[in-house]
Amino acid sequence: MFTWLHPYAKTERAYALCNTLLPYFLVTAIVGLVVGIIWGLLFAPSDYQQGDSFRIIYIHVPSAILSMSTYVAMAAAGFVGLVWQWKTAYMSMMAIAPVGAILTFISLFTGAAWGKPMWGTWWIWDARLTSQLILFFLYLGIMALYAAFSDKTQAGKSAAIMALVGVINIPIIHFSVEWWNTLHQGATITKFGQPSIASSMLWPLLISIAGFIGLIGTLTLMNLKNQILRREINRPWVTELLTTKEMNVNKEAN
Amino acid sequence: MSRTSPLFSIMRRDLVLAFRQKNELLQPLLFFVMVITLFPLGIGPGPETLQKIGPGVIWVAAILSALLGMDKLFRDDFNDGSLEQLQLSNISLAWGMFIKVFVHWCGAFLPLLLISPLLALFLNLTPPMYWALIFTLALGTPLLSLVGAIAVALTVGLQRGGVLLSLLLIPVFIPLLIFATSAVDSAAMGLNYLPQLAIIGAMLCFAIAITPFAMSYAIRVSHH
Repeated sequence: MFTWLHPYAKTERAYALCNTLLPYFLVTAIVGLVVGIIWGLLFAPSDYQQGDSFRIIYIHVPSAILSMSTYVAMAAAGFVGLVWQWKTAYMSMMAIAPVGAILTFISLFTGAAWGKPMWGTWWIWDARLTSQLILFFLYLGIMALYAAFSDKTQAGKSAAIMALVGVINIPIIHFSVEWWNTLHQGATITKFGQPSIASSMLWPLLISIAGFIGLIGTLTLMNLKNQILRREINRPWVTELLTTKEMNVNKEAN
Repeated sequence: MSRTSPLFSIMRRDLVLAFRQKNELLQPLLFFVMVITLFPLGIGPGPETLQKIGPGVIWVAAILSALLGMDKLFRDDFNDGSLEQLQLSNISLAWGMFIKVFVHWCGAFLPLLLISPLLALFLNLTPPMYWALIFTLALGTPLLSLVGAIAVALTVGLQRGGVLLSLLLIPVFIPLLIFATSAVDSAAMGLNYLPQLAIIGAMLCFAIAITPFAMSYAIRVSHH
Protein backbone atom coordinates (compact mmCIF):
# COMPACT_ATOMS: atom_id res chain seq x y z
CA MET A 1 0.00 0.00 0.00
CA PHE A 2 2.79 2.42 0.85
CA THR A 3 5.35 0.99 -1.55
CA TRP A 4 5.70 4.34 -3.31
CA LEU A 5 6.84 5.75 -0.01
CA HIS A 6 9.53 3.20 0.75
CA PRO A 7 12.33 4.56 -1.45
CA TYR A 8 12.37 7.71 0.69
CA ALA A 9 13.62 5.68 3.63
CA LYS A 10 16.98 5.98 1.87
CA THR A 11 18.60 9.22 2.85
CA GLU A 12 19.79 9.95 -0.68
CA ARG A 13 16.27 9.80 -2.11
CA ALA A 14 14.90 11.80 0.80
CA TYR A 15 17.53 14.46 0.17
CA ALA A 16 16.57 14.61 -3.51
CA LEU A 17 12.89 14.89 -2.54
CA CYS A 18 13.72 17.79 -0.24
CA ASN A 19 15.42 19.55 -3.12
CA THR A 20 12.40 19.00 -5.38
CA LEU A 21 9.88 20.24 -2.84
CA LEU A 22 11.85 23.14 -1.45
CA PRO A 23 11.19 25.69 -4.26
CA TYR A 24 7.39 25.22 -4.03
CA PHE A 25 7.36 25.83 -0.29
CA LEU A 26 9.77 28.72 -0.62
CA VAL A 27 7.62 30.47 -3.23
CA THR A 28 4.46 29.89 -1.17
CA ALA A 29 6.22 31.28 1.88
CA ILE A 30 7.51 34.43 0.20
CA VAL A 31 4.33 35.21 -1.74
CA GLY A 32 2.01 34.32 1.15
CA LEU A 33 3.90 36.25 3.79
CA VAL A 34 4.57 39.32 1.67
CA VAL A 35 1.02 39.59 0.31
CA GLY A 36 -0.75 38.50 3.49
CA ILE A 37 1.19 40.66 5.89
CA ILE A 38 1.34 43.80 3.75
CA TRP A 39 -2.37 43.51 2.97
CA GLY A 40 -3.16 42.82 6.57
CA LEU A 41 -0.96 45.50 8.08
CA LEU A 42 -1.57 48.30 5.59
CA PHE A 43 -4.80 47.81 3.68
CA ALA A 44 -7.22 45.79 5.78
CA PRO A 45 -9.75 47.98 7.64
CA SER A 46 -9.06 48.55 11.32
CA ASP A 47 -11.27 46.89 13.88
CA TYR A 48 -14.17 48.97 15.28
CA GLN A 49 -13.34 47.89 18.81
CA GLN A 50 -9.66 47.04 18.91
CA GLY A 51 -8.46 49.67 16.45
CA ASP A 52 -5.16 48.97 14.75
CA SER A 53 -3.80 46.69 17.43
CA PHE A 54 -5.89 43.83 16.08
CA ARG A 55 -3.48 43.67 13.13
CA ILE A 56 -1.16 41.43 15.09
CA ILE A 57 -3.72 38.75 14.25
CA TYR A 58 -1.92 38.27 10.92
CA ILE A 59 1.05 36.83 12.76
CA HIS A 60 -0.54 35.59 15.96
CA VAL A 61 -3.33 33.46 14.52
CA PRO A 62 -1.28 31.61 11.87
CA SER A 63 1.43 30.74 14.36
CA ALA A 64 -1.08 29.67 17.01
CA ILE A 65 -3.12 27.51 14.64
CA LEU A 66 -0.10 25.90 13.04
CA SER A 67 1.87 25.25 16.23
CA MET A 68 -0.56 22.48 17.10
CA SER A 69 -0.46 21.11 13.53
CA THR A 70 3.32 20.96 13.53
CA TYR A 71 3.17 18.95 16.74
CA VAL A 72 0.82 16.47 15.11
CA ALA A 73 3.07 16.37 12.04
CA MET A 74 6.04 15.67 14.28
CA ALA A 75 4.21 12.87 16.09
CA ALA A 76 3.06 11.43 12.74
CA ALA A 77 6.66 11.36 11.54
CA GLY A 78 7.63 9.65 14.79
CA PHE A 79 4.87 7.09 14.33
CA VAL A 80 6.05 6.33 10.80
CA GLY A 81 9.54 5.92 12.17
CA LEU A 82 8.42 3.50 14.87
CA VAL A 83 6.30 1.42 12.51
CA TRP A 84 8.64 1.16 9.53
CA GLN A 85 11.92 1.76 11.38
CA TRP A 86 13.10 4.56 9.12
CA LYS A 87 15.78 6.89 10.29
CA THR A 88 14.69 9.51 7.76
CA ALA A 89 11.36 9.64 9.60
CA TYR A 90 13.13 10.34 12.91
CA MET A 91 15.24 12.95 11.18
CA SER A 92 12.20 14.72 9.79
CA MET A 93 10.57 14.52 13.21
CA MET A 94 13.50 16.33 14.73
CA ALA A 95 13.60 18.73 11.79
CA ILE A 96 10.03 19.80 12.57
CA ALA A 97 10.49 20.05 16.35
CA PRO A 98 12.52 23.30 16.57
CA VAL A 99 10.31 24.94 13.94
CA GLY A 100 7.23 24.05 15.96
CA ALA A 101 8.80 25.22 19.20
CA ILE A 102 9.67 28.60 17.70
CA LEU A 103 6.19 28.87 16.23
CA THR A 104 4.67 28.21 19.65
CA PHE A 105 6.97 30.80 21.13
CA ILE A 106 5.95 33.35 18.48
CA SER A 107 2.29 32.75 19.22
CA LEU A 108 2.91 33.19 22.96
CA PHE A 109 4.98 36.32 22.42
CA THR A 110 2.58 38.00 20.00
CA GLY A 111 -0.27 36.93 22.25
CA ALA A 112 1.37 38.68 25.20
CA ALA A 113 1.98 41.79 23.09
CA TRP A 114 -1.67 41.74 22.02
CA GLY A 115 -2.91 41.05 25.52
CA LYS A 116 -1.26 44.13 26.99
CA PRO A 117 -3.39 46.75 25.16
CA MET A 118 -6.53 44.59 25.00
CA TRP A 119 -6.77 42.92 28.39
CA GLY A 120 -4.39 45.24 30.20
CA THR A 121 -1.97 42.47 31.12
CA TRP A 122 0.92 40.66 29.48
CA TRP A 123 0.04 37.28 30.80
CA ILE A 124 -3.05 35.74 32.24
CA TRP A 125 -3.73 32.14 33.19
CA ASP A 126 -6.31 31.72 30.50
CA ALA A 127 -7.04 28.35 28.95
CA ARG A 128 -5.60 28.92 25.49
CA LEU A 129 -2.52 30.70 26.73
CA THR A 130 -1.88 27.96 29.25
CA SER A 131 -2.32 25.10 26.82
CA GLN A 132 -0.03 26.89 24.38
CA LEU A 133 2.58 27.21 27.13
CA ILE A 134 2.26 23.51 27.91
CA LEU A 135 2.66 22.73 24.22
CA PHE A 136 5.87 24.75 24.28
CA PHE A 137 7.08 22.66 27.23
CA LEU A 138 6.24 19.45 25.38
CA TYR A 139 8.33 20.56 22.40
CA LEU A 140 11.25 21.45 24.66
CA GLY A 141 11.01 18.13 26.50
CA ILE A 142 11.14 16.15 23.28
CA MET A 143 14.09 18.13 21.98
CA ALA A 144 15.89 17.67 25.31
CA LEU A 145 15.21 13.92 25.23
CA TYR A 146 16.56 13.65 21.70
CA ALA A 147 19.66 15.61 22.62
CA ALA A 148 20.35 13.43 25.66
CA PHE A 149 21.15 10.29 23.66
CA SER A 150 24.40 9.93 21.78
CA ASP A 151 23.04 7.08 19.64
CA LYS A 152 20.73 8.96 17.31
CA THR A 153 18.58 5.98 16.31
CA GLN A 154 17.79 5.31 19.95
CA ALA A 155 17.25 9.04 20.44
CA GLY A 156 14.80 9.10 17.55
CA LYS A 157 12.82 6.16 18.90
CA SER A 158 12.66 7.63 22.39
CA ALA A 159 11.60 11.04 21.15
CA ALA A 160 8.96 9.40 18.94
CA ILE A 161 7.45 7.51 21.89
CA MET A 162 7.34 10.70 23.94
CA ALA A 163 5.82 12.62 21.02
CA LEU A 164 3.07 10.01 20.77
CA VAL A 165 2.40 10.22 24.51
CA GLY A 166 2.14 13.97 24.03
CA VAL A 167 -0.21 13.70 21.09
CA ILE A 168 -2.60 11.55 23.12
CA ASN A 169 -2.30 14.09 25.89
CA ILE A 170 -2.80 17.27 23.86
CA PRO A 171 -6.60 17.01 23.56
CA ILE A 172 -6.84 16.08 27.24
CA ILE A 173 -4.67 19.05 28.18
CA HIS A 174 -6.63 21.30 25.86
CA PHE A 175 -10.03 20.44 27.31
CA SER A 176 -8.89 20.25 30.90
CA VAL A 177 -7.44 23.73 30.71
CA GLU A 178 -10.53 24.94 28.87
CA TRP A 179 -12.78 23.86 31.73
CA TRP A 180 -10.30 25.23 34.18
CA ASN A 181 -10.36 28.84 32.98
CA THR A 182 -11.43 30.76 29.89
CA LEU A 183 -10.99 34.40 29.00
CA HIS A 184 -9.65 34.20 25.44
CA GLN A 185 -12.01 35.21 22.66
CA GLY A 186 -13.61 32.25 20.91
CA ALA A 187 -12.35 30.82 17.65
CA THR A 188 -12.94 33.24 14.82
CA ILE A 189 -12.35 31.39 11.58
CA THR A 190 -12.44 27.71 12.44
CA LYS A 191 -16.20 27.89 12.88
CA PHE A 192 -18.11 26.18 10.15
CA GLY A 193 -20.49 28.31 8.15
CA GLN A 194 -20.37 32.06 8.51
CA PRO A 195 -17.09 33.16 10.03
CA SER A 196 -17.36 35.97 12.56
CA ILE A 197 -14.81 38.13 10.77
CA ALA A 198 -15.31 40.47 7.82
CA SER A 199 -14.04 39.04 4.54
CA SER A 200 -11.79 42.09 4.01
CA MET A 201 -9.96 41.01 7.15
CA LEU A 202 -10.31 37.28 6.52
CA TRP A 203 -8.59 37.12 3.12
CA PRO A 204 -5.23 38.53 4.20
CA LEU A 205 -5.39 36.23 7.23
CA LEU A 206 -5.92 33.14 5.07
CA ILE A 207 -3.12 34.20 2.72
CA SER A 208 -0.83 34.77 5.64
CA ILE A 209 -1.70 31.32 7.03
CA ALA A 210 -0.74 29.85 3.65
CA GLY A 211 2.50 31.82 3.82
CA PHE A 212 3.22 30.42 7.27
CA ILE A 213 2.60 26.89 6.01
CA GLY A 214 5.10 27.53 3.24
CA LEU A 215 7.57 28.94 5.73
CA ILE A 216 7.24 25.93 8.03
CA GLY A 217 7.74 23.60 5.07
CA THR A 218 10.78 25.53 3.88
CA LEU A 219 12.46 25.63 7.28
CA THR A 220 11.70 21.96 7.96
CA LEU A 221 13.09 20.83 4.63
CA MET A 222 16.23 22.91 5.00
CA ASN A 223 16.70 21.54 8.51
CA LEU A 224 16.12 17.99 7.27
CA LYS A 225 18.68 18.45 4.48
CA ASN A 226 21.24 19.59 7.03
CA GLN A 227 20.48 16.66 9.32
CA ILE A 228 20.82 14.17 6.48
CA LEU A 229 24.15 15.63 5.42
CA ARG A 230 25.48 15.66 8.95
CA ARG A 231 24.41 12.09 9.69
CA GLU A 232 25.60 10.65 6.38
CA ILE A 233 28.78 12.66 6.14
CA ASN A 234 30.85 9.55 5.44
CA ARG A 235 28.67 8.24 2.62
CA PRO A 236 30.09 8.46 -0.90
CA TRP A 237 27.12 10.41 -2.28
CA VAL A 238 27.46 13.08 0.37
CA THR A 239 31.19 13.40 -0.24
CA GLU A 240 30.54 13.66 -3.95
CA LEU A 241 27.82 16.26 -3.43
CA LEU A 242 29.95 18.35 -1.14
CA THR A 243 33.04 18.20 -3.34
CA THR A 244 31.10 19.20 -6.47
CA LYS A 245 29.59 22.07 -4.51
CA GLU A 246 33.02 23.11 -3.35
CA MET A 247 34.37 22.95 -6.89
CA ASN A 248 31.54 25.17 -8.10
CA VAL A 249 32.29 27.66 -5.36
CA ASN A 250 35.97 27.63 -6.28
CA LYS A 251 35.14 28.09 -9.95
CA GLU A 252 33.03 31.13 -9.17
CA ALA A 253 35.77 32.52 -6.97
CA ASN A 254 38.27 32.15 -9.79
CA MET B 1 1.66 -24.04 35.83
CA SER B 2 0.14 -21.29 33.76
CA ARG B 3 1.95 -18.01 33.10
CA THR B 4 0.73 -16.42 36.31
CA SER B 5 3.31 -18.02 38.60
CA PRO B 6 6.41 -16.26 37.21
CA LEU B 7 4.54 -12.97 37.51
CA PHE B 8 3.83 -13.73 41.14
CA SER B 9 7.47 -14.44 41.79
CA ILE B 10 8.42 -11.12 40.15
CA MET B 11 5.93 -9.41 42.40
CA ARG B 12 7.23 -11.13 45.52
CA ARG B 13 10.84 -10.38 44.61
CA ASP B 14 10.10 -6.70 43.98
CA LEU B 15 8.09 -6.35 47.17
CA VAL B 16 10.87 -7.92 49.22
CA LEU B 17 13.45 -5.69 47.58
CA ALA B 18 11.34 -2.59 48.12
CA PHE B 19 10.68 -3.23 51.79
CA ARG B 20 14.28 -4.18 52.57
CA GLN B 21 15.45 -0.76 51.36
CA LYS B 22 13.55 1.20 53.96
CA ASN B 23 15.45 4.42 53.36
CA GLU B 24 14.41 4.54 49.75
CA LEU B 25 10.81 4.01 50.79
CA LEU B 26 10.89 6.70 53.45
CA GLN B 27 12.78 9.44 51.63
CA PRO B 28 10.11 10.45 49.08
CA LEU B 29 7.52 10.33 51.85
CA LEU B 30 9.57 12.62 54.07
CA PHE B 31 10.16 14.90 51.12
CA PHE B 32 6.40 15.03 50.55
CA VAL B 33 5.68 15.97 54.17
CA MET B 34 8.46 18.56 54.26
CA VAL B 35 7.43 20.28 51.04
CA ILE B 36 3.94 20.62 52.47
CA THR B 37 5.34 22.01 55.70
CA LEU B 38 7.08 24.73 53.70
CA PHE B 39 3.85 26.19 52.36
CA PRO B 40 2.27 27.39 55.62
CA LEU B 41 5.67 28.84 56.53
CA GLY B 42 6.00 30.62 53.23
CA ILE B 43 2.43 31.79 52.76
CA GLY B 44 1.31 32.39 56.31
CA PRO B 45 -0.63 30.28 58.78
CA GLY B 46 -4.12 31.74 58.11
CA PRO B 47 -6.51 28.74 58.20
CA GLU B 48 -8.63 30.05 55.33
CA THR B 49 -5.67 30.61 53.02
CA LEU B 50 -4.35 27.16 53.83
CA GLN B 51 -7.70 25.58 53.15
CA LYS B 52 -7.83 27.34 49.81
CA ILE B 53 -4.38 26.30 48.63
CA GLY B 54 -4.33 22.95 50.46
CA PRO B 55 -5.51 20.57 47.72
CA GLY B 56 -3.22 22.11 45.13
CA VAL B 57 -0.26 22.03 47.48
CA ILE B 58 -0.81 18.37 48.36
CA TRP B 59 -1.13 17.39 44.72
CA VAL B 60 1.89 19.38 43.57
CA ALA B 61 3.93 17.85 46.38
CA ALA B 62 2.69 14.38 45.42
CA ILE B 63 3.77 14.93 41.80
CA LEU B 64 7.18 16.23 42.87
CA SER B 65 7.81 13.34 45.23
CA ALA B 66 6.63 10.93 42.52
CA LEU B 67 9.20 12.40 40.14
CA LEU B 68 11.85 12.11 42.81
CA GLY B 69 11.16 8.47 43.59
CA MET B 70 10.36 7.36 40.07
CA ASP B 71 13.89 7.94 38.85
CA LYS B 72 14.88 4.68 40.55
CA LEU B 73 11.90 2.67 39.33
CA PHE B 74 13.76 0.54 36.77
CA ARG B 75 17.35 1.65 37.35
CA ASP B 76 18.63 -1.21 39.52
CA ASP B 77 16.88 -3.86 37.46
CA PHE B 78 18.26 -2.28 34.32
CA ASN B 79 21.81 -2.10 35.62
CA ASP B 80 22.00 -5.64 37.02
CA GLY B 81 20.43 -7.13 33.92
CA SER B 82 17.26 -8.54 35.43
CA LEU B 83 15.13 -6.48 33.05
CA GLU B 84 17.04 -8.00 30.16
CA GLN B 85 16.34 -11.44 31.59
CA LEU B 86 12.68 -10.56 31.81
CA GLN B 87 12.76 -9.44 28.21
CA LEU B 88 14.36 -12.71 27.11
CA SER B 89 12.07 -14.93 29.16
CA ASN B 90 8.83 -16.26 27.77
CA ILE B 91 6.55 -14.16 29.97
CA SER B 92 5.25 -11.01 28.41
CA LEU B 93 7.40 -8.00 29.11
CA ALA B 94 4.33 -5.76 29.28
CA TRP B 95 2.88 -7.82 32.14
CA GLY B 96 6.21 -7.92 33.95
CA MET B 97 6.60 -4.15 33.71
CA PHE B 98 3.02 -3.65 34.82
CA ILE B 99 3.68 -5.72 37.94
CA LYS B 100 6.84 -3.77 38.64
CA VAL B 101 4.99 -0.47 38.38
CA PHE B 102 2.24 -1.80 40.63
CA VAL B 103 4.76 -2.79 43.29
CA HIS B 104 6.42 0.59 42.98
CA TRP B 105 3.04 2.24 43.46
CA CYS B 106 2.47 0.17 46.62
CA GLY B 107 5.81 1.30 47.99
CA ALA B 108 5.68 4.93 46.93
CA PHE B 109 2.05 6.02 47.03
CA LEU B 110 0.24 3.81 49.53
CA PRO B 111 2.23 5.34 52.42
CA LEU B 112 1.38 8.74 50.97
CA LEU B 113 -2.31 7.88 51.07
CA LEU B 114 -1.95 6.66 54.63
CA ILE B 115 -0.20 9.82 55.79
CA SER B 116 -2.63 12.19 54.11
CA PRO B 117 -4.93 12.56 57.20
CA LEU B 118 -2.02 14.25 58.94
CA LEU B 119 -1.53 16.62 56.02
CA ALA B 120 -5.24 17.36 55.91
CA LEU B 121 -4.86 18.52 59.53
CA PHE B 122 -1.81 20.60 58.65
CA LEU B 123 -3.66 22.38 55.88
CA ASN B 124 -6.98 22.70 57.69
CA LEU B 125 -9.01 20.66 55.20
CA THR B 126 -12.64 19.90 56.03
CA PRO B 127 -13.81 16.24 56.11
CA PRO B 128 -15.56 16.36 52.69
CA MET B 129 -12.41 17.86 51.17
CA TYR B 130 -10.36 15.19 52.86
CA TRP B 131 -12.45 12.38 51.37
CA ALA B 132 -12.30 13.94 47.93
CA LEU B 133 -8.54 14.22 48.30
CA ILE B 134 -8.23 10.56 49.28
CA PHE B 135 -10.34 9.46 46.31
CA THR B 136 -8.41 11.59 43.82
CA LEU B 137 -5.10 10.38 45.24
CA ALA B 138 -6.26 6.76 45.10
CA LEU B 139 -7.29 7.08 41.46
CA GLY B 140 -4.70 9.59 40.34
CA THR B 141 -1.44 8.28 41.75
CA PRO B 142 -1.59 4.97 39.80
CA LEU B 143 -1.95 7.15 36.72
CA LEU B 144 1.18 9.06 37.74
CA SER B 145 3.06 5.79 38.12
CA LEU B 146 1.88 4.29 34.84
CA VAL B 147 2.47 7.31 32.63
CA GLY B 148 5.67 8.19 34.45
CA ALA B 149 7.01 4.68 33.92
CA ILE B 150 7.08 5.23 30.14
CA ALA B 151 9.43 8.17 30.50
CA VAL B 152 11.44 6.33 33.17
CA ALA B 153 11.86 3.39 30.82
CA LEU B 154 13.09 5.75 28.11
CA THR B 155 15.61 7.57 30.27
CA VAL B 156 16.82 4.57 32.30
CA GLY B 157 19.94 4.12 30.17
CA LEU B 158 21.02 7.73 30.55
CA GLN B 159 23.53 8.82 33.15
CA ARG B 160 21.67 11.92 34.28
CA GLY B 161 18.02 11.22 33.64
CA GLY B 162 16.60 12.95 36.71
CA VAL B 163 15.94 16.49 35.53
CA LEU B 164 15.11 15.32 32.04
CA LEU B 165 12.45 13.06 33.53
CA SER B 166 10.80 16.02 35.21
CA LEU B 167 10.96 18.06 32.01
CA LEU B 168 9.23 15.27 30.12
CA LEU B 169 6.61 14.42 32.70
CA ILE B 170 5.41 17.65 34.29
CA PRO B 171 3.50 18.84 31.18
CA VAL B 172 1.92 15.40 30.85
CA PHE B 173 0.68 15.43 34.45
CA ILE B 174 -1.08 18.79 34.17
CA PRO B 175 -4.59 17.49 33.29
CA LEU B 176 -4.52 15.16 36.29
CA LEU B 177 -3.57 18.04 38.57
CA ILE B 178 -6.40 20.16 37.19
CA PHE B 179 -9.09 17.51 37.57
CA ALA B 180 -7.91 16.36 40.99
CA THR B 181 -7.78 19.83 42.52
CA SER B 182 -11.07 20.79 40.93
CA ALA B 183 -12.65 17.70 42.54
CA VAL B 184 -11.42 18.79 45.95
CA ASP B 185 -12.58 22.36 45.32
CA SER B 186 -16.04 21.06 44.44
CA ALA B 187 -16.05 19.07 47.64
CA ALA B 188 -15.12 22.20 49.57
CA MET B 189 -18.17 23.96 48.15
CA GLY B 190 -20.38 20.99 48.94
CA LEU B 191 -20.84 20.11 45.27
CA ASN B 192 -20.80 16.76 43.57
CA TYR B 193 -17.29 15.80 42.56
CA LEU B 194 -18.13 12.52 40.86
CA PRO B 195 -17.61 13.92 37.30
CA GLN B 196 -13.98 14.81 37.97
CA LEU B 197 -13.39 11.44 39.63
CA ALA B 198 -14.99 9.72 36.65
CA ILE B 199 -12.66 11.54 34.27
CA ILE B 200 -9.61 10.60 36.32
CA GLY B 201 -10.90 7.02 36.42
CA ALA B 202 -11.34 7.02 32.65
CA MET B 203 -7.80 8.28 32.15
CA LEU B 204 -6.58 5.58 34.52
CA CYS B 205 -8.42 2.82 32.60
CA PHE B 206 -6.97 4.11 29.35
CA ALA B 207 -3.51 4.21 30.89
CA ILE B 208 -3.82 0.64 32.20
CA ALA B 209 -4.78 -0.52 28.73
CA ILE B 210 -2.06 1.33 26.79
CA THR B 211 0.94 2.13 28.95
CA PRO B 212 2.30 -1.40 29.61
CA PHE B 213 2.93 -1.80 25.89
CA ALA B 214 4.53 1.63 25.63
CA MET B 215 6.74 0.85 28.64
CA SER B 216 7.89 -2.48 27.28
CA TYR B 217 8.66 -0.91 23.91
CA ALA B 218 10.56 1.86 25.66
CA ILE B 219 12.62 -0.67 27.60
CA ARG B 220 13.44 -2.49 24.38
CA VAL B 221 14.64 0.82 22.94
CA SER B 222 16.76 1.42 26.04
CA HIS B 223 18.36 -2.03 25.73
CA HIS B 224 19.22 -1.27 22.14
